[in-house]
Amino acid sequence: MNRFDYVRAGSVAEAVAAHGAGAAYLASGTNLLDLMKGGVTRPERLVDISRISGLDAVETLPDGGVRIGALARNATLAHDPAFAKAYPAVAEALLSGASAQLRNAATTAGNVLQRTRCQYFYDTASACNKRQPGAGCGARGGATRTHAILGWSEACIATHPSDFCVPLAALDAIVEIEGPAGRREIPLADFHRLPGDAPERETELAPGELIVAVRLPPDAKKFAAHSRYLKVRERTSYAFALVSAAVGLTLEGNRIGQARIALGSVALKPWRAREAESLLADQVPSPELFAKAADAALAGATPSGDNAAKIELARRIVVRALTLAQAGTPARVPALPASPFAAAPSGARP
Amino acid sequence: MSFPETGFPITLTVNGESRSLVLEDARVTLLDALRERLDLTGSKKGCDRGQCGACTVLLDGVRINACLALAVSHDGASITTIEGLADGDVLHPVQAAFVDHDGFQCGFCTPGQIMSAVGLIREGQAGDDPERVREGMSGNLCRCGAYAGITEAVLAAHAAMHAPDVLPGGHLIEDAA
Repeated sequence: MNRFDYVRAGSVAEAVAAHGAGAAYLASGTNLLDLMKGGVTRPERLVDISRISGLDAVETLPDGGVRIGALARNATLAHDPAFAKAYPAVAEALLSGASAQLRNAATTAGNVLQRTRCQYFYDTASACNKRQPGAGCGARGGATRTHAILGWSEACIATHPSDFCVPLAALDAIVEIEGPAGRREIPLADFHRLPGDAPERETELAPGELIVAVRLPPDAKKFAAHSRYLKVRERTSYAFALVSAAVGLTLEGNRIGQARIALGSVALKPWRAREAESLLADQVPSPELFAKAADAALAGATPSGDNAAKIELARRIVVRALTLAQAGTPARVPALPASPFAAAPSGARP
Repeated sequence: MSFPETGFPITLTVNGESRSLVLEDARVTLLDALRERLDLTGSKKGCDRGQCGACTVLLDGVRINACLALAVSHDGASITTIEGLADGDVLHPVQAAFVDHDGFQCGFCTPGQIMSAVGLIREGQAGDDPERVREGMSGNLCRCGAYAGITEAVLAAHAAMHAPDVLPGGHLIEDAA
């Protein structure tokens, strides 16, 4: 780890003022310190925001939405009974990520801002356009079973590894930001950038800007009774997704009202499948309809290497997530959160 | 507040005792502070990257990986390590259960396993469901593969800590936790 200057901020304003070229914000550090230990990132200054009071609050808003403070811990949020009841797919996604120790430390904003798990990005002996613009991409032609099938470019085929962000994208979450130029908001679905020819620019954050909260709008909870997050991993727990899907449905009689679908670990951002959602709206659910929706969600997918299997995997996980969501959200998060190998859900909510 | 040239004084409450130290470098992790500065070598450095769980400690009552935390960032925090669990010669119920159920072989991962199990039981999410115990303990790797014994130990400790039983000396087990 390189030497760095350490600044402890007492307020958001202090944090923003202390930030500058070469600085990074430190919350819990579960991703940042790991990257620094590997020499992948070498900030000259850490601005410690972990003690800013009030930034970990989870509050219900007057309009019925919820505002999740940037420092709210992943575990705290997932185990908040009111939150988990209103946004069960978000809770299940959180509990399917990392380990209990990491979820106890990792924060809301840190999860959104976590870097890719592309092994060529982590390996400083490999070329990486994200680490060093113009250096090339060691992943092209390499071991690509985890890499992108949507939205990738010649410059970068990495994926965004977050579970949490997938249902957030599906539920139209909004990212609240403060920075040198004041406050602003960005829809989470527009927050992460696709690589294009500038994979080193990962988000829409301007230098010095800080996420202060993530908000879910009032209508996000109307999917509570028919929501699932499913995640295919190489082992059942404590592994990043190969592909994942968050699904929310409203059912009106024998028809679907609205559908929300987002895919994870298929692109450098959580991938909202709006065409698939439109196909499902106001339709009678059936295996054929779900297959059609999955086809639409993956219509633009192309392998970025030896990873064509991820396309079919993603298609099937969309169908399975839709099928499980239609059956109903389980009363309790399954013992193996988000696992397609978990026992069939029992005690579905009315 | 910036890192002073003379070092950064911090105070931690470690296993109930107030410990003050001066960090000459902001890079010191909580794990290194415990092991190298406070001579508490029970918490192990396995991977040092948050992957193995051997460094698990309780931070303000909650299990975390001490290798992925900066000591300076946790000034004022309360830490419980494996050294702080037993009451003199009386083992904590989780320690006793690991002995009773062969929850280890070489022992390197054991402090982390035990601290993680204490955290898991406190979190109250797994209860007596072995599947939830395994899932809840997945952040602790055991290269000897003692997982079957570890799962049994955690279930037994959970049962012991939730039974209205007493320890030698007449203490309620819950009080000793």
